[in-house]
Amino acid sequence: MDNVRVIEVKRSIFESNDRDADKLRQELRDSGTFLLNLMSSPGSGKTTTLKRTIEALKDKYRIGVMEADIDSDVDAKAIAETGVKAIQLHTGGMCHLDADMTRQGVRELGIDDVDFAILENVGNLVCPAEFDTGSTKNAMILSVPEGHDKPLKYPLMFSICDVVLINKIDVIPYFDFDMDKCREYILMRNPKARIIPICAKTGEGIDEWAKWLSEQIEEARK
Amino acid sequence: MHELGVVFRVIDDLTEIGKENNLEKIHSVTLQLGEVAGVVPSLLTDAWKWAADRTELMKDAELIIETLPAVTYCEECKSEYETVTYGKICPNCGSAHTYLLKGNEFLIKEIAAT
Repeated sequence: MDNVRVIEVKRSIFESNDRDADKLRQELRDSGTFLLNLMSSPGSGKTTTLKRTIEALKDKYRIGVMEADIDSDVDAKAIAETGVKAIQLHTGGMCHLDADMTRQGVRELGIDDVDFAILENVGNLVCPAEFDTGSTKNAMILSVPEGHDKPLKYPLMFSICDVVLINKIDVIPYFDFDMDKCREYILMRNPKARIIPICAKTGEGIDEWAKWLSEQIEEARK
Repeated sequence: MHELGVVFRVIDDLTEIGKENNLEKIHSVTLQLGEVAGVVPSLLTDAWKWAADRTELMKDAELIIETLPAVTYCEECKSEYETVTYGKICPNCGSAHTYLLKGNEFLIKEIAAT
């Protein structure tokens, strides 16, 4: 083994993903498409929130949804019922989507065929935060039963999100959920985060969320 | 699960490096991991063994992990302190206006190959 040589690599493993992410963002800019990366824990109401969001915006914009799941097409079927284009991305056992997988998904949706593309990321608050998907903006859903201290437990996720939706506000009376504390903890991690309380089941707060999205979609079209 | 994901990334990068340098066999891989990179070294080693053995180039390659310390900077009192011991709150002045200086790295440092 005396011909073994040591090769200095000095490469961050996030480097190639970051390059892919920048490439995707450039393509999105060129075609005037807004891509939202939506993250959350399992069971926070992501699919229900998405259905409400689609209802609110589908007459104004062409929407496409990418459902990332480890292995199933339950969510894609639910979204397809709303009449928008929905595709399923299987991560094949992985806990997050990377930029290259997202780029393939966007291509399948047709980058010029949608104004607003939504990536429903894998339900997980750790891994998706570490990998830039190339999205224009990041949003996450925190639901009331999960507790107001989530921002303390998953700091990275909260620090990279442009919007935090606090879902299931209709059940606040039944949980020890302190909305003021929750806001304080989120802003501690990310002073620029926009916080929107919603109830996907009743539709409360969806107007404000849809308005924010419309502004972003219009901005991307310029 | 996350460990397996990053191992796949390492393998992709090394496959590329293997092609660039006409390598036949990689014998060892040295990674540099920040203390708060969010990866558990023992799980990473397990994931590496499983995944590397499925490649011709990296089969049986040893994974060496070097840990890089995490340091946080306090904007209030301009001090630096150990992130793992004290977390987000500055132990010197109690401020929460702090940010991570280093410790979230995940680097492939070097490889030994033929």
